[in-house]
Amino acid sequence: MVKHSNEPVLWSLFSAGGVFAAFVIPVHLFLLGLAFPLGWIPAPGYQYLHALVTSPLTRIYVFALCFLALFHWAHRFRYMLYDGLQIKHLNELIFVCCYGGAIFGTALAGYLLWTFH
Amino acid sequence: MAETISLEVLRYSPEHDAEPSFQRYDVPVHKDWVVLDALNYIKDKVDGSLTFRWSCRMGICGSCGMMVNGEPKLTCATFLSDYARDGSPVRVQPLRYFPVIRDLVVEITDFMSKLQSVKPWLIRGDEKPVSEGEYVQTPDQLDRYKQFSMCINCLLCYAACPVYGLDPVFIGPAAIALAQRYNMDSRDEGAHERMDVLAQHEGIWGCTFVGECTQVCPKHVDPAGAIQQYKLTATIERFKSFLLPRGAK
Amino acid sequence: MSDTRPSARYTEYHPRWYRTHVSTWWWLARWPYLRFILREISSVFVAWFVVVLLLQIRALSHGPDAYARLEHWLQNPGIVLLNLIALFFVVFHAITWFNLTPRAMVVRLRGKRVPDRWIVSANYAAWAAVSLVVAWFLVRS
Repeated sequence: MVKHSNEPVLWSLFSAGGVFAAFVIPVHLFLLGLAFPLGWIPAPGYQYLHALVTSPLTRIYVFALCFLALFHWAHRFRYMLYDGLQIKHLNELIFVCCYGGAIFGTALAGYLLWTFH
Repeated sequence: MAETISLEVLRYSPEHDAEPSFQRYDVPVHKDWVVLDALNYIKDKVDGSLTFRWSCRMGICGSCGMMVNGEPKLTCATFLSDYARDGSPVRVQPLRYFPVIRDLVVEITDFMSKLQSVKPWLIRGDEKPVSEGEYVQTPDQLDRYKQFSMCINCLLCYAACPVYGLDPVFIGPAAIALAQRYNMDSRDEGAHERMDVLAQHEGIWGCTFVGECTQVCPKHVDPAGAIQQYKLTATIERFKSFLLPRGAK
Repeated sequence: MSDTRPSARYTEYHPRWYRTHVSTWWWLARWPYLRFILREISSVFVAWFVVVLLLQIRALSHGPDAYARLEHWLQNPGIVLLNLIALFFVVFHAITWFNLTPRAMVVRLRGKRVPDRWIVSANYAAWAAVSLVVAWFLVRS
């Protein structure tokens, strides 16, 4: 029995994150980063946004987005460092920093959303 | 009035060279000559010591793969007229990412052993005796794997794959595409045996879908597609074996 | 998988092979390789968006003043430029992702493979639809 690699799990997270990121991040970033700050489109008010994030569905959406997008980044960035910079000898360190970073970010997102008031 | 074109060919003679170096040759250009014709002209008329592999000269044997101006090409299918226009020399080098034995000849045993490890033949639990007739396959079943069966083992995809270049333990595009050719064949029952080899880190998981292998393939095999499809298959199998441990294998 | 490559013994009948070293800057040598690395770099900007999103959530939680400070920060020209670059990379990610999807997932209808451009078009259509839905939720007062 061959030892099962964990790559399939990491790849699944990467793929799911890639799909989610591809579909929703462009519009989010356009609005949040450009259209609202530069006044091209009137920005939503504080009250409305606060109410929106209070809804459990929104919190689940935001959490899923952060979780999957971060693991998408972790997987891709890990391979980019591995192939792009040829620093194979730092392989374990890269692995820990990338997925560790993703876990940390996910935990932070979870904490912020759970304690949102 | 014959045109001439310059070829800069990388020469390496292990007996007396520490490193390869370029040698320039001027070759007359005929309208429909390919790079292989130029190399043969050099070997016949100019420098008999030039060493290179070739055979069918029609793009089916896969022997004549080399780097032409930095791109992996079959030299029997690369026309000099595409290069003659701007007057700069055409650089011919051995296939990238493989050890060079001499001049334009590379060592491909690594690929051969990897190919063998994926068991590129039909594996069946029990063979039907000949008296029971042939295995029947519909055109739709053929269509599932036909593209991957077009591979001529020319290794241009390995020369294009940066992952193979950086980490030669990577099993590589052609080996995976050929494994898929058999996995998708309705007559085959050996997918599990191949999975043990492919599902390791040096198997499919080293691939980052650069996609250059598919771009350079002269037979339109799309090895990159084969690898990504297999990643999905392997992932589903992994989740299945996790959720139903006894039913999986 | 064990290393089955033959060892390089330097004998008369097995002379010394020449092995080229791959440069750390291999990805600059050809445009397709550079495009690949840019695509991989887009993941950094995906992570950057998560940071901005979480900053927004935190600011919302801390009250109207905190949120006003965040909005002010987002108007900073340096941040706007960064977000513009990030937007370019995130859109690049989306486009490359949708274009590659049919190669990774072959869909068969009644035995025949669905043409790649149908899958790609379906992805772009869904992208437009999802973007409209998200915008509908956010472009409000």
